[in-house]
Amino acid sequence: MSNLSTEQQTYLLKHRRHKRIVVLSRILILLAFLLTWELTARAGIIDSFIFSSPTKIAACFFGMLLDKSIFLHLGVTLYETLLSFLLVIAISILVAVALWFSSKLSEILDPYLVVLNSLPKSALAPLLIVWLGATKTTIIVAGMSVAIFGSILSLYTSFTVVDPGKIKLIYTLGGNRFHALSKVVLPSSIPAIISNMKVNIGLCLVGVIIGEFLAARDGLGYLIIYSSQVFKMDWLLMSIVLLCIMATLLYSLISLLERWCLHRF
Amino acid sequence: MEQVLELKNIHYAYHTLEGETLALTDISFALNKGEFVSIVGPSGCGKSTLLSLISGLIEPEKGCIKINGKYQKESTTNVGYMLQHDELFEWRTIYNNVILGLEVQHMLTARTKKRAHDLLDLYGLGQFETSRPSELSGGMRQRAALIRTLVLEPDLLLLDEPFSALDYQTRLTVGDDIGQIIRKEGKSALLVTHDLSEAISLADRVIILSGRPASIKQTIPLIFKLDLDTPLNRRNAPEFKTYFNLIWKELNTDE
Ligand SMILES: Nc1ncnc2c1ncn2[C@@H]1O[C@H](COP(=O)(O)OP(=O)(O)OP(=O)(O)O)[C@@H](O)[C@H]1O
Ligand SMILES: [Mg+2]
Repeated sequence: MSNLSTEQQTYLLKHRRHKRIVVLSRILILLAFLLTWELTARAGIIDSFIFSSPTKIAACFFGMLLDKSIFLHLGVTLYETLLSFLLVIAISILVAVALWFSSKLSEILDPYLVVLNSLPKSALAPLLIVWLGATKTTIIVAGMSVAIFGSILSLYTSFTVVDPGKIKLIYTLGGNRFHALSKVVLPSSIPAIISNMKVNIGLCLVGVIIGEFLAARDGLGYLIIYSSQVFKMDWLLMSIVLLCIMATLLYSLISLLERWCLHRF
Repeated sequence: MEQVLELKNIHYAYHTLEGETLALTDISFALNKGEFVSIVGPSGCGKSTLLSLISGLIEPEKGCIKINGKYQKESTTNVGYMLQHDELFEWRTIYNNVILGLEVQHMLTARTKKRAHDLLDLYGLGQFETSRPSELSGGMRQRAALIRTLVLEPDLLLLDEPFSALDYQTRLTVGDDIGQIIRKEGKSALLVTHDLSEAISLADRVIILSGRPASIKQTIPLIFKLDLDTPLNRRNAPEFKTYFNLIWKELNTDE
């Protein structure tokens, strides 16, 4: 360390100070927000019946933590989201591979995929309930429906932009289309698949919450819609906070996977 | 003499909605076992098309191609095709890149793996086996690409401007280097190149193609009176300039 020039040391010092200011400001904003909320609610400036308050939300959370009901809701939403996410990834990779294999098929299906992708998927949820009943299946399918068409399209696009020279190489080495797929297209699409996952995990969560609004007995979506109906704003806001945390954690999970892949490939 | 490759009256055209592009007309020539032939011709005349036909990636519209006496479709001969770019996969190590062809052809055995290691050692890439392609210089990458072709033990090597992505100096050394490797392994080879001095320093014979649609303008056998026939010695031989001028003139005259 001692052999660093003074200029370099000042630079590093400046950088560290910059980082510290950023982190500190972030925390201060959060604290200021929570404090203002709490104080205005206590002083009666805002109606705590409608806006709740941080302490009431926390109390509500600990109450549900004690009677363990929160684990059910969190678990159900998490389970539905992860399942629909995994299904979306598996199905969209399979379909994108099929489309890649047959350019005729992809040309035929293209307009359908585009239409289905641009359709607002929340419109499908009531239909799914009629068809599948108010079950977990419906919610999982609702979660999938939001993500799947876009996922297929973006994966297929990333498959088609693979360097043609690399595919030609496989043929010159005596390989066939399966080899082109397994040795070139899939490995070189790993970054695209992962960024596709990042988008899909969020979309699946959206779809699952929409599904839970309409067809659930448990889960965060159910908690939100139920508490809004009975005007339990503590529950509602707590559910939204938990949803925020869950979304962030799921996203970080995929970022972790990305980092691991970057390391490996 | 035994013929590795024989082409008879090859015609080929590309078809697109915009129209037909005639690429090759009436190409006939043969390649003897162990012979090294260069093909030169103006840009876009159909040289890559010719190699794609020989390797079986595309089929001729007319004419026939025989490899070791058998029609291309029935041929079991391994034809090695080295492309213009090395096309090494960044997500594989050099060793794993080199054995890609073995993997694809289900030929990964203890013997072929050892051969891959041996070739890497022999041609100076031994300590880079676990490196990624991006860690290698252009010339080393080209050598890795050649080894990837050689481990399949091809009887016939097709080289499509394999050195053109390199800067001039590397190109000279790598060109000579790879030329020597091919001679040492006793392979028959067909080299497509823009570079006349490369063609002359490496080959036994130069085939000159006309502009598109390509046909054979002339074939010039190269005879050097040298004790040690290496690419470098050829470049310094008096015949070199004569051949260079001859081919240059032939390429630049329109009939
Ligand atoms: N896939 C294709 N579809 C239509 N036309 C093509 C296709 N590939 C090549 N051509 C045309 O065929 C002609 C011959 O192409 P080819 O690649 O064989 O030339 P080349 O001699 O290798 O050129 P270069 O010296 O630039 O490498 C060119 O005019 C090109 O425009
Ligand atoms: Mg070419």
